[in-house]
Amino acid sequence: MSRDTAPIPFRENSARALNDAALRHALVVATDAFVRLRTAAVTSIPFEDWRARASDIRMEVLEGLPQYVERFTEAATKVGAQVHYAVDASAAREVVASILTGHGVRKVVKAKSMVTEEIHLNHHLEGLGIEAVETDLGEYIVQLAGETPSHILAPAIHRSRKDVGKLFAEKLGVPYSEDPAVLTKVARKALREKFLAAEAGISGANFAVAETGSIAIFTNEGNGRMVTTLPRLHVAVFTIEKILPRLADLAFFARMLPRSASGQPLSSYLSIITGTRKPGEATGAEELHIVLLDNGRTRIRDSEFREILKCIRCSACLNVCPVFRKVGGHAYASTYPGPMGIVLTTLLDGMERAHPLLDATTLCGACSEVCPVKVPLVNLIRALRERKVEMGFTSGAEKHAMTAFGAAVGSPFLFRTGQAMWRVLWGLARHVDRPPLNRLPRPAADTFRRRLR
Amino acid sequence: MRVQLFGTCLVDTFFPETGEAVVRVLRHFGVDVVYPKGQTCCGKPADSAGYSRQARKAAEHFLSIFDGADPIIVPSGSCASMIRNHYPELCKNVPTLTERAERVALNTYEFSEFLVRHLKAHEAGLKGNGRLTYHASCQLTRELGVRTEPVMLLQSLAGSEFVELPQADRCCGFGGVFMGKLPEISMSMADEKAEMVISTGAGTLVGCDHGCLMNIADALTRRGSTVRVKHIAQVLAEAL
Repeated sequence: MSRDTAPIPFRENSARALNDAALRHALVVATDAFVRLRTAAVTSIPFEDWRARASDIRMEVLEGLPQYVERFTEAATKVGAQVHYAVDASAAREVVASILTGHGVRKVVKAKSMVTEEIHLNHHLEGLGIEAVETDLGEYIVQLAGETPSHILAPAIHRSRKDVGKLFAEKLGVPYSEDPAVLTKVARKALREKFLAAEAGISGANFAVAETGSIAIFTNEGNGRMVTTLPRLHVAVFTIEKILPRLADLAFFARMLPRSASGQPLSSYLSIITGTRKPGEATGAEELHIVLLDNGRTRIRDSEFREILKCIRCSACLNVCPVFRKVGGHAYASTYPGPMGIVLTTLLDGMERAHPLLDATTLCGACSEVCPVKVPLVNLIRALRERKVEMGFTSGAEKHAMTAFGAAVGSPFLFRTGQAMWRVLWGLARHVDRPPLNRLPRPAADTFRRRLR
Repeated sequence: MRVQLFGTCLVDTFFPETGEAVVRVLRHFGVDVVYPKGQTCCGKPADSAGYSRQARKAAEHFLSIFDGADPIIVPSGSCASMIRNHYPELCKNVPTLTERAERVALNTYEFSEFLVRHLKAHEAGLKGNGRLTYHASCQLTRELGVRTEPVMLLQSLAGSEFVELPQADRCCGFGGVFMGKLPEISMSMADEKAEMVISTGAGTLVGCDHGCLMNIADALTRRGSTVRVKHIAQVLAEAL
């Protein structure tokens, strides 16, 4: 598959989003609710201590990543899992496809997983005649609508219940309703049939544990448990940095992640899957395949941007981001939106495609402040902007302006000349009926330094 | 006590009356204010946009003008943070500047921060009037950790009423280059901020950063609001 390198049209996408009143309303309601819940949930714990510990554990993993991958592989194999290693998206798709086709699987149920979005797995399976149904309610809605998730935790955050009512009526042939309870029942009934018919389940993992070879899945709907226990075959796909050293670390993150995500002290369901079903056990897949995906993680780990790999996908940075709140996830045209998405997308997709995203922030710092694992998002974005400039992904006008700026800040004479020129520029620009030109501030008649004399 | 005033390029070019207010307030508290000649801009716009070479040039020039022997007062949270937090980073690989950048960083204060921590201006019994609300700008709040000082100053003004701005520390959408690159989002953010300001019923919005204030004033004007927008130095100078 050739890599798409056309720059993401973030400004055009966001202009469209800003003109969509229903979308804006849905975003404000949802992100404000998430922010309120998170704030309440972290005020009842010593958050600064917790995040310091969380950051330390994640750094420990990144430091010794190759060893942890090895340790996890050993432990998981010992408990009956078959571990595969995929270097990139296409390799991962191939591995999953060959496992499924090897078992003659035509119907798959999926638990919510961002990494399978990252590698466009569903599309690939569809091409092979394998039906993969999303079973997280938000993901199900998004899949029915033929869209991609617009938020890493709440994929259908951009859709109102009226939208969903219309969608269900159209796609599932049920009477229109906008009552969430009714809609949930409709989805549950449709999904129940899919669960029972599925020959395999595909999941991601919120975490994996090197010590025990376990994988952990947090959900609020219980669908993750059904996906991983009902079908006899379970395929788990996740990237290597999801590993935690010890089971005790999982216990810690089981309390940390939901607080930062939805503001819950714990998620409603936490499935810890350690290997295949053993004789005498009532649940669990008979065959478990784990696809450990790199897809650029080793490269990022070895760069100055390593700390983005601490990310545990809680989405607190999305919810608190004033830009995300205005335009929603689809404007970013990438698997991962918001502040963590800006960094990760640039590193995964490359500067050529992703550089417009680097403008999509005021560097207000709200993201760095809420991050439960202390990813220095503002610093990483600023460093990526530096790289963007070095690589030449800037407009000629900006380059000239910055060259002039560089000269002016180093010379009081040129600086004063610049101030005088601004006066002329302002006189011209105020007649242009287009922002930002018509928003340039009016220079004072006399500068402060002259008035001071 | 003697201080060096870094006026900031925004105040110098667009808001000289704020600079004069800063001087008046500091002098009122017995501070000798020196305005070093030859100062330009802190380099923040270049630093934020990824032009580290130009930002370093600004730092180099700043450090040739300000030595850090006396406290450096900056009437902007964003510029103060540039000097305090980013200069040492920018200069860490320039041996001739490293030490000076560290020293200057340690002796740089945002205006309201200095007034409260060093001059106890909030205990001076100043008099104000009208209903005031306050926008907490991003770098001031999150990079410098100056959250309470401006509020303490405003609350101390006898005769005026302080009302809290809902979501006071949510970004107004200025963001320096952001305003130029994504003006539609910037304006939408500023509009929401303006709505919040109007909802407080305050007659005056106070802030510590003219970048944000300019942006919010623009949004207030667009909606025909009569709320005045003032730098905290102006409010305090009027209260002397």
